[in-house]
Amino acid sequence: MSTAVRQPAAAAADRKPATMGQALRHALRDAMADDPDVHVFGEDVGSLGGVFRVTDGLTAEFGPDRCTDTPLAEAGILGTAAGMAMYGLRPVVEMQFDAFAYPGFEQLVSHISRMRNRTRGKLPMPLTVRIPYGGGIGGVEHHSDSSEAYYMATPGLHVVTPATVADAYGLLRASIASDDPVVFLEPKRLYWSKADWDPQEPEAVPGIGRAVVRRRGSSATLITYGPSVPVCLEAAEAAREEHGDGAEGWDLEVIDLRSLVPFDEETVAASVRRTGRAVVVHESPGFAGPGGEIAARITERCFHYLEAPVLRVAGFDIPYPPPMLERHHLPGVDRILDAVARLQWESGFTESGGFGQGRGGGAV
Amino acid sequence: MTVLEQPGAYAPAPPPSWRPRTDAAPLLPDAEPYRVLGTRGTRTAQDGAPGPDAGLLRRLYAAVVHGRRFNEQATALTRQGRLAVYPSSRGQEACQVAAALALGERDWLFPSYRDTLAAVARGLDPVEVLSLLRGDWHHGYDSPGTRVAPLCTPLATQLPHAVGLAHAARLKGDEVAALALVGDGGTSEGDFHEALNFAAVWQTPAVFLVQNNGFAISVPLAKQTAAPSLAHKAVGYGIPGRLVDGNDAVAVHEVLCEALDRARAGGGPTLVEAVTYRLEAHTNADDATRYRTDQEVEVWREHDPVTLLERELRDRGLLDEATVREAEEAAERQAAELRERMHQDPPLDPAELFAHVYAQPTRQLRDQADQLRAELEAEQRSAAAAQSAGSTTAGEETR
Repeated sequence: MSTAVRQPAAAAADRKPATMGQALRHALRDAMADDPDVHVFGEDVGSLGGVFRVTDGLTAEFGPDRCTDTPLAEAGILGTAAGMAMYGLRPVVEMQFDAFAYPGFEQLVSHISRMRNRTRGKLPMPLTVRIPYGGGIGGVEHHSDSSEAYYMATPGLHVVTPATVADAYGLLRASIASDDPVVFLEPKRLYWSKADWDPQEPEAVPGIGRAVVRRRGSSATLITYGPSVPVCLEAAEAAREEHGDGAEGWDLEVIDLRSLVPFDEETVAASVRRTGRAVVVHESPGFAGPGGEIAARITERCFHYLEAPVLRVAGFDIPYPPPMLERHHLPGVDRILDAVARLQWESGFTESGGFGQGRGGGAV
Repeated sequence: MTVLEQPGAYAPAPPPSWRPRTDAAPLLPDAEPYRVLGTRGTRTAQDGAPGPDAGLLRRLYAAVVHGRRFNEQATALTRQGRLAVYPSSRGQEACQVAAALALGERDWLFPSYRDTLAAVARGLDPVEVLSLLRGDWHHGYDSPGTRVAPLCTPLATQLPHAVGLAHAARLKGDEVAALALVGDGGTSEGDFHEALNFAAVWQTPAVFLVQNNGFAISVPLAKQTAAPSLAHKAVGYGIPGRLVDGNDAVAVHEVLCEALDRARAGGGPTLVEAVTYRLEAHTNADDATRYRTDQEVEVWREHDPVTLLERELRDRGLLDEATVREAEEAAERQAAELRERMHQDPPLDPAELFAHVYAQPTRQLRDQADQLRAELEAEQRSAAAAQSAGSTTAGEETR
């Protein structure tokens, strides 16, 4: 079933909208209540409730043995989480910010991702690593990285990222329940995004590994995830109005990947075969980024359906910029629409013009 | 009462009444490594203790004799191409054996790549233990079943695992301790620091045994640390540090048993530095003559863990020629069996490469498994075709 943005009409009349942060907290709380082996720990997750308050109230409800403030050491957090998983617990750890997860990288890539394989399944690693990621909140250096490409390049990890309030709950519950290690990337600029959502009866969402079409369209497919999903939906709305020269608008399809690993090739390929054009959008740097892998897979599977090269709208290949310059870096509506405009709409009947660098002699 | 929360325990005292939260003196290691072997008539006479139990001495002796032979055999297997590499613990057998024998049945061992002997001494199948170094898989034994974590290659990274596992056991109310083995080089790693700090703050039932064998491949301890001793590092974490003669199997066994008992009883972690020496090169691929002299090695040969135990047993009249022969024959039998089994090619299944990456293979992995299977089938077909062509040719020649 689809989890497309819920219509206000479906809302209970007097229910306050829920934020993504609240949905994540409910997911942690419900997972802890359902399974005594679920342990939450990390830096400041106890009495403070985490710097984004996602663990607010968990220590009060479950005690400091279940929701634990750790020393300030990410390799220690991930390494002890691995050991706890070896004894049958189901740890959920918080890395305070994307770039602060790097000290734990070795534990993640050399042990957590490999332990199941190394031990032929005898020591699975059912642990969840929550990482707030991405920019757009005016964070100073080391607070806005999009580090998903590192994790995607590590076999043995699942990499999951929600874009909606319902997915925040549903995907986090699925991640905690998973017997594989999940890097759960929380788009920090969506922590305060709101939707009508019932914590008493959280709506069911598709599981890990399934992409969702957030907006149906026929002209081209925008493939995105996490913080760029709302941007792409906005771009799709803008594209419907007009494009540049006042000609009729484009009807863009928007796919929210939700899960980067496993990657849902079927949903993506089915869409691109229908629309014939695709743009991948993410904040992470473009070079060797997720978009390169996705574009390659689309090309391999949809070559004869493509009307144009698969384009990418990504962060620049630069260290994440300082807050006063970050708006130039982040993929925005205009940059997405510019890319859509370069999808060789005229290629069937013009010899020149347009943004022809990628046209390959007008092969179509 | 929770395991972790001690209200107010860590509140800083305001100045000017500041004082250390813990008295450092009881945490400090002794100035000299603790020894038992060869101290009869000195230490035991002084404190009136009866000396090590004869049964324990005999068990340790049989184990180090076997351990020495195991090291020799494993090194020989590298020359025969049956092991990809072998980091020998020759010279460190006392630590290896004492660590294994000090463990309670429910305790866990967290070995490094040089600690194959410790796993074997715990009773694991040596062929399974050598899987990593043979190269048929990254790990060969049942870790949960044997309570021995995989041999860990990245230095000190298994120490936080030991802390986490021991912590989990304590949270579940189980009396389980974890013993993690690391070398002198490993103490420079960040994970060593983080593991000891977590263990200390959480009062985790974990014991850390540093086998200070003098070298991190080629780099001597003096270039590794400026600490008074590696055991002194414990004090910075607020846990006791113990310094022990690592070639004295009885002393190492005693110190580890004490530390493990204390850990299981809720007394928190201990750091033990065992001073020992790697008699062989780092691995069969290393050349130790580039960084140390024969004279230095000779000094340590005089302080050999096998000889030390043997001398003690003889002095106490616990060792006759029959016992020596029995131990050596048993070691020889086990070495011969290992040699024979290692000369058989291990079963290999390429499909298994994809089977354990995730609980369920992803679509991409299923595709890749199919690809490899098709390649192998094609390989078999062309091999079969070549063979039948060859036999035809051979047949023609005989005509």
